[in-house]
Amino acid sequence: MRFGVVVFPGSNCDQDCYHVVRDVLKQPVEYIWHHKIELDHFNCLILPGGFSYGDYLRSGAIARFSPVMETVKNFADRGGLVIGICNGFQILTEAGLLPGALRRNRDLHFICKPVKLKVENNRTPFTNQCQKGQILTIPVAHGEGNYTCDIETLNALKRKKQIIFTYHGENPNGSIANIAGICNEKHNVLGMMPHPERASEEVLGLKDGLFILQSILKSV
Amino acid sequence: MAKVKVYITPKKGILDPQGKTVESALKSLGYKNVSNVRIGKYIELEVTGEPRHGTGKQIEEMCKKLLANPIIEDHRFEVSE
Repeated sequence: MRFGVVVFPGSNCDQDCYHVVRDVLKQPVEYIWHHKIELDHFNCLILPGGFSYGDYLRSGAIARFSPVMETVKNFADRGGLVIGICNGFQILTEAGLLPGALRRNRDLHFICKPVKLKVENNRTPFTNQCQKGQILTIPVAHGEGNYTCDIETLNALKRKKQIIFTYHGENPNGSIANIAGICNEKHNVLGMMPHPERASEEVLGLKDGLFILQSILKSV
Repeated sequence: MAKVKVYITPKKGILDPQGKTVESALKSLGYKNVSNVRIGKYIELEVTGEPRHGTGKQIEEMCKKLLANPIIEDHRFEVSE
């Protein structure tokens, strides 16, 4: 399975994602600079965390206009798998690939710590190796992870089973309905605030991220 | 050339944690009559080569496309010569 890690100026989790795909999942992976507009030979694109364009204006607001994003949209429209992690999630919402928006954390702090996630939907390409209701421990590291949307959108997310992960126990950022990660309607685009790539190796102390990454491998 | 001032504020009904924090700081300074503090963004810019009514249309488009996120923010602007 061929992975691409999209790199924007200011991305800073791109090397972590690249490392985990290459050295832990043992899959071919390439960096994709944000100017690139040819993505046909990939199966899964990762939009990594970081501070694309310095988070100027709003996080993800400038990155969504990068040339590569039009191609990411077409790739997603054709059913390709896209996972946006943290800043990647913010970019996907700004680009309209996922509904809603991510705002400043409720208590204004940057939060960096492991959190507990509940798998709300395990029938997606990103969670097929999880049990429904399974609790995963994966770190978050964000200042703007407070997911919000209007009530109609929230009801649609619930109805179409697009809420994939919720915070279990403590909600670190005040997100609506404890949302930590959502999918699009077709379930091939996932955005999540927690970082599975930081929880995929024994040496790091946490391995639950592998449930998500290995689900992607099993999905094709 | 027109000078434009764009004001972006958190949408009504959307909780503004920054505003809330500043509001409680003001209250702790003794300004008990303060309420509804909302913190937004102020953007100045200049545009050339457009008639005045055309400028407004352009600014509105720029706000919707980039400067504000309509899901969480409201915007308004003023145009002057």
